[in-house]
Amino acid sequence: MYAFDIARPNTLAEAKAALAAEEAQALGGGQTLIPALKQRLAAPSVLVSLTAIPEMVGVCLSDAGEVCIGAATTHAQVARDAAAHYPALADLAAHIGDPAVRNRGTIGGSLANNDPSACYPAAALGSGATIKTDAREISADDYFRGMFETALNEGEIITEVRFPVPERANYQKFEQPASRFALVGVFVAKYADGVRVAVTGASESGVFRWSEAEAALASDFSVGALEGLSMPADGMIGDLHGTPDYRAHLVGVLTKRAVAAAGS
Amino acid sequence: MPKDHGIGAAQTRREDVRFLTGAGRYTDDINVAGQLYVHFLRSDVAHGRINRIDTSEAASMPGVVRIFTGTDFEGVGGLPCGWQVTDRFGQPMQEPAHPVLAQGKVRHVGDPIAAVVAETYAQARDAAEAIVLDIDELPAVIDMKAALSEGAPKVHDDLSSNLCYDWGFVEDNRDAVDEAIRNAAHVTTLELVNNRLVANPMEPRVAVGDYNAATDESTLYTTSQNPHVIRLLMGAFVLGIPEHKLRVVAPDVGGGFGTKIFHYAEEAFCTFAARQLKRPVKWTASRSEAFMSDAHGRDHVTKIELALDADNNFTAIRTETYANMGAYLSTFAPSVPTWLHGTLMAGNYRTPLIYVNVKAVFTNTVPVDAYRGAGRPEATFQLERVIDKAARELGVDPIALRRQNFITEFPYATPVAVEYDTGDYVATMDKLEEIADIKGFPARRAESEARGKLRGLGVNCYIEACGIAPSALVGQLGARAGLYDAATVRVNATGSISVMVGAHSHGQGHETTFPQVIAEMIGIDENQVEIVHGDSSKIPFGMGTYGSRSIAVCGSAMVRAAEKVIAKAKKIAAHLLEASDADIELKDGQFTVAGTDKSVAWGDVTLAAYVPHNYPLDEIEPGLEETAFYDPANFTYPAGAYACEVEVDPETGKVTVERFAAADDFGNVINPMIVDGQVHGGLAQGIGQALLENCAYDENGQLISASYMDYAMPRADDVPFYAVDHSCQTPCTHNPLGVKGCGEAGAIGSPPAVVNAVVDALNSGGFPVMHIDMPLTPARVWAAMNAAR
Repeated sequence: MYAFDIARPNTLAEAKAALAAEEAQALGGGQTLIPALKQRLAAPSVLVSLTAIPEMVGVCLSDAGEVCIGAATTHAQVARDAAAHYPALADLAAHIGDPAVRNRGTIGGSLANNDPSACYPAAALGSGATIKTDAREISADDYFRGMFETALNEGEIITEVRFPVPERANYQKFEQPASRFALVGVFVAKYADGVRVAVTGASESGVFRWSEAEAALASDFSVGALEGLSMPADGMIGDLHGTPDYRAHLVGVLTKRAVAAAGS
Repeated sequence: MPKDHGIGAAQTRREDVRFLTGAGRYTDDINVAGQLYVHFLRSDVAHGRINRIDTSEAASMPGVVRIFTGTDFEGVGGLPCGWQVTDRFGQPMQEPAHPVLAQGKVRHVGDPIAAVVAETYAQARDAAEAIVLDIDELPAVIDMKAALSEGAPKVHDDLSSNLCYDWGFVEDNRDAVDEAIRNAAHVTTLELVNNRLVANPMEPRVAVGDYNAATDESTLYTTSQNPHVIRLLMGAFVLGIPEHKLRVVAPDVGGGFGTKIFHYAEEAFCTFAARQLKRPVKWTASRSEAFMSDAHGRDHVTKIELALDADNNFTAIRTETYANMGAYLSTFAPSVPTWLHGTLMAGNYRTPLIYVNVKAVFTNTVPVDAYRGAGRPEATFQLERVIDKAARELGVDPIALRRQNFITEFPYATPVAVEYDTGDYVATMDKLEEIADIKGFPARRAESEARGKLRGLGVNCYIEACGIAPSALVGQLGARAGLYDAATVRVNATGSISVMVGAHSHGQGHETTFPQVIAEMIGIDENQVEIVHGDSSKIPFGMGTYGSRSIAVCGSAMVRAAEKVIAKAKKIAAHLLEASDADIELKDGQFTVAGTDKSVAWGDVTLAAYVPHNYPLDEIEPGLEETAFYDPANFTYPAGAYACEVEVDPETGKVTVERFAAADDFGNVINPMIVDGQVHGGLAQGIGQALLENCAYDENGQLISASYMDYAMPRADDVPFYAVDHSCQTPCTHNPLGVKGCGEAGAIGSPPAVVNAVVDALNSGGFPVMHIDMPLTPARVWAAMNAAR
């Protein structure tokens, strides 16, 4: 890696100030950024670690019944502390990467990076979560803008993610054999006012909602309701590990499995 | 009752104490005062003409000591190839130059262009980025058949084509085989790919070159499986340093799997640069560099035809293989698809006529060389797959078809030039059927089907040739080295023993097993015996560890040396006991005059050898140390039968290995626990090849599986608990321990078992699939099911 300075602020205000520096870069758990630095693919002047800000760490339940997760909370802590409130979300967090990744990687880091094969974007979009930043609140539907693209402005810091808790939900991940990221992952959540189906890993445009499946499931939340539906392969990722056709096929299989596992 | 001592005891590995506590000493742990660091600037294009390398700005950057390019090596030898294959027209193979740093052209992604030596590694890397390259990218050849087509771009401009050799074996059988296939009652044909692999030892390669100007002595510390061979090749052929001025040390090495056999440019560079700069020079590969600079394995494209008569007896085999050499010839590359592959094509079966054709091809890819099994997995895979396909076409039981064609009488001379000394293929298959519970398979299949899964059973046999090799024979076959091994047994004054062995342990457990043999021979505790390996200054000579040869060849040398020691010790004991040495017996560390109670302890005899106050100095010399060189009379032929059970998810194509059983005949076994471990590791690598691992290039020669994000290594949850048995033992007839070798069997025998099982599962589910190329990823299995619908 190239030489850089590191700042480890204890308040959001200090973090904002540090990020105002030229070529400053926010650092969550570093599970993507540190390997990129090692490969010399990035050359920040200063890394601003966001993991020592107490107000950005922790899981709680809001008065409105939302699960609120500090952006610097690790996957391991989400797996542990969200289990009682939102089991499907906790289960997703418990299966990201390996123990080393889960004890360093953070939800804010994952959402800010928006890797097209990451798990958390599916949970956030599939839950209709709210991405709270130091400047504003962004709905998940507005937040994800394509592969590695988000609505965040330069220097904007995610502080918290709020998940409305569904009646039932499940996440099905089919692992890419080498990286064990999602080759395809489908998050299904049933709310009183509708069903959300979010798909990660599959599309050239990053995480997306499968609206046909959502419509079918809204009136009949059952595997049977998905019969006859299929995902077109247009715009799906094709690579060493799967063709667009295969990924489109997996979207259908995993959506059914998620509905079955969520319970009808 | 199991033994706890000597040959046959399942002793825990003494070396694991240091490995598991982080106390191993690997090459990267070695730092020499004043050392510099080198970073290699490597080609990011597969094929290109170098117009200019401008190092002027880089050379003035902080900490830079010197930047080397190909022109610095114009007066230096290239990396030599250790094996010359003669083609089927009697001509030598085409053998291109292999410069230490690229000269004129780059020929694969990762080909080193310049070497920046600086005070720190970061400074070297910074300066490498400031080198300005002017390279004209040329069209790359990646596909082997395209590389041989008319007008294809040439990897080496000075060769007539991209064909290294066109080899036929046995050439005199060619017409008879063609005729037998024409006249056969049934011919099964299968076209397949043996996928390219990256060995990925846990420890990447490292080299530290040191030079003492006062004595003109060079030392190279390197991650090698055979330090003496590196000393010979590098000293004699590359740098012109005589052996007495060159020491090569391979300390603890964290896995090799073949890829650390070869002599590499980086270690020659560090040795060369240390002499030029009169300072030590160190290089540590990153994992990314390992992917594009360690020799790869396998990469064969094959068509095999198996002819059978009306009674299903095998009558002939004909194969045509394209073998990828990569951009240059790695040290032993030409031997792998030929003598380590063609000679094994008879497998465990009586097939009177066999013809093997191999076309070795240069492409713009990383060089390919031996990888765990080396040629034998490629032979086994195609043979055991085509037999399985034949059984399916003929509607016969695949185990019965194999049993019907087994070789049952030994020694057996195959039609592909080798003679199996011993074996019992019926016994290993019987044992396999027992430990794999073949009878219980239908019930397990029914249980899987009840859960919506397809279950398949794959069975196959394998034979391999280990204990490489009789030197006179391999010399006739084109080897440019002998393949004996050496050991010195040094008995110390108080009776403890140091054994200097030419074999190199990098995971095989030699430090435990070799002392078990000495302990058995003398009757002393294993802890009295220590193995010394990996340092050319301490060991007489050695050809290293690969080809499952250590105990069969170097172990035999050690036995011969120990026999000499014991013979001399008996003379000393006879003197002390005032008896004839013919009457002296050695048992449990005591020399006894036969038929009497007169005895003297091992330690008293050894002390007498070094404190010769009461000693027959007029008859024998003091001291107790002997060396032996052992050249094997034949290869050894481990063999076995493997069974794999898989479940296939018909919705996603995902394969899980549910059960795996291995019944091996390794001859006599020194340490059964270590043998279990060797088989376990081999099976994991074979399952990895079958289901996960795939080294892939795109059409421009970019390596698209260049990290663990895309290259899938097997992990613990990818493999089942294994049922492993090696109780069927037909001892090797021609080495003193009756041993055969066990290091590669698992990787040789397991890929066809996995693929046979998946094909069986798919057919059971109504998908008439005959073959899927490895790795059987979910996407490939799903595509095959779709195509068969």
